[in-house]
Amino acid sequence: MSTYQSRRQTLRTIRSIAAWIVAFAMFFPILWMLLTSFKSELDAFSMPPRFAFEPTLENYRTIFARANYMHYAWNSVAAAGGATVLGMLVAVPAAYAFAFHPTARTRSTLLWMLSTKMLPGVGVLVPIYLLARDANLLDSTTALVLVFALINLPIMVWMIYTYFRDVPMEIMEAAKVDGAGTWETMLHVLLPVSRGGLASTALLCLILSWNESFWSLNLTTSRAAPLSALVASFSSPEGLFWAKLSAVSTLACAPILVLGWFSQKQLVRGLTFGAVK
Amino acid sequence: MSATQSKSRTERLMAQPAIGMLLAWMIVPLAMTVYFSTQYFNLLYPNKSSFVGLENFAYFFTYPSFWTSVLNTLLLVGAVLAITVVIGVLISVLVDEHFPGQGIVRMLLISPFFIMPTVAALTWKNLLMNPVSGFFAWVARLFGMTPVNWFADWPLFSVILVVAWEWLPFAILIFVTALQSMDREQKEAAQVDGARAWEVFRYLTLPHLARPIAVVVMIEAIFLLNVFAEIFVTTNGGPGDATTNVPYLVYTQALLEFDVGAASAGGLVAVVLANIVAFFLVRLIGETLTAR
Repeated sequence: MSTYQSRRQTLRTIRSIAAWIVAFAMFFPILWMLLTSFKSELDAFSMPPRFAFEPTLENYRTIFARANYMHYAWNSVAAAGGATVLGMLVAVPAAYAFAFHPTARTRSTLLWMLSTKMLPGVGVLVPIYLLARDANLLDSTTALVLVFALINLPIMVWMIYTYFRDVPMEIMEAAKVDGAGTWETMLHVLLPVSRGGLASTALLCLILSWNESFWSLNLTTSRAAPLSALVASFSSPEGLFWAKLSAVSTLACAPILVLGWFSQKQLVRGLTFGAVK
Repeated sequence: MSATQSKSRTERLMAQPAIGMLLAWMIVPLAMTVYFSTQYFNLLYPNKSSFVGLENFAYFFTYPSFWTSVLNTLLLVGAVLAITVVIGVLISVLVDEHFPGQGIVRMLLISPFFIMPTVAALTWKNLLMNPVSGFFAWVARLFGMTPVNWFADWPLFSVILVVAWEWLPFAILIFVTALQSMDREQKEAAQVDGARAWEVFRYLTLPHLARPIAVVVMIEAIFLLNVFAEIFVTTNGGPGDATTNVPYLVYTQALLEFDVGAASAGGLVAVVLANIVAFFLVRLIGETLTAR
């Protein structure tokens, strides 16, 4: 028996070491990017790679001074934040109607919403581009806010719908008996009890909009270009640029990565339309 | 339940903005795409548009790059799905049982999912896969091998690697969540009965993961059919058309050659591809909705 147990113990140790190695390998590109952002351009390009080096903030200084980082960061905040606010304002009432006042058509409407998410961007690239051009919205934050809100709306309605469905009917009924109207019930009863779910829905929309790179590359050039477009401008640079690329990338990804770590559990529900909980 | 099913008008109107916006987003541009696909319409000569019937489709279907792009799209989607599902299942089983630092390991594992596509692609292409100064080149030399010139010699495979790295965390996240709802007692009972680890995996874990695997395959497929930024910043679809997928081809037709008609025809092909996937996903999720 004791040999069996010690064998199990060894197996368990091997297993956890293997898990750590795999996790480190997955994370390595991000770690390497972070390290490179603190190297001089020469160190960044040196072969063999430098593991010990004198850290410098030079790249970050250059990014802020010359690449106009704040302009792009603001565009990202405005586009992703605007889309999240707009999306929530439209999605919450819709999810409320679907969850608490279902009709015979609710199920098919929800599935239809889901199916709009399958419409590939390229299928509507040309008309959206032309419509944006004719409305003078090319290279504008407004266009990005609208598009990001629309592509995330199905996910948001679904996610909030699954949270609302988990709210006990009795709470809603009690509010009604107390004479609260629809809006009062929603504002004072429903929204407070489901605030965790609403927060993670907003967070998911923010993350997906922040990282979106199809529409932001195709609809913007400079004025409204978000961070993903700034990073893309590093694809055809001259001379040594790895350290600066790493600094820009680190700045562009750090906030979202941290938000993502905090919300990983709730993300599953949103990304699978409630099919995996 | 009946009290809340009152057909109050306000409450039903609350869903209208969402429905209206999505309807406009789907119907208007899609109708325009269908219309444009039957037109000769080049943005360089906007006054010369005319009805050409199915000529744009004929042009696309006889254009060698088109079939290459369809094949590349299918290879990219298929390979990334295979990699993420197989490795995703293995990794999630590996990190399922409790061990020291489990929380941190999971955080590290899902991190790539939050990295934006342009950053992921450029970091891999330069810092890791550069044949002269990249990290992989250094590792290859350590083992006395010649460094691989990834994006020049294996362009599509390189793009597949980058995209798989971005999507593997998604698969792991879903599988780890699904494994948590697995019946531990059943598993332990099987182990006490002398079942080997492989048998537990084959007859208990895999069947339990069947549905999450289906969900992962279909949701990833939707996003993978749309891969664009990773190609845009690394290979520009090349060398030649080696990494041109349908989205990238439509982009070159529309915004580089200004051929609206041809781009629209290509866009519709992408819609048809996506609809085949969508059909199955909607059915699967519809079942969950009824199941409750």
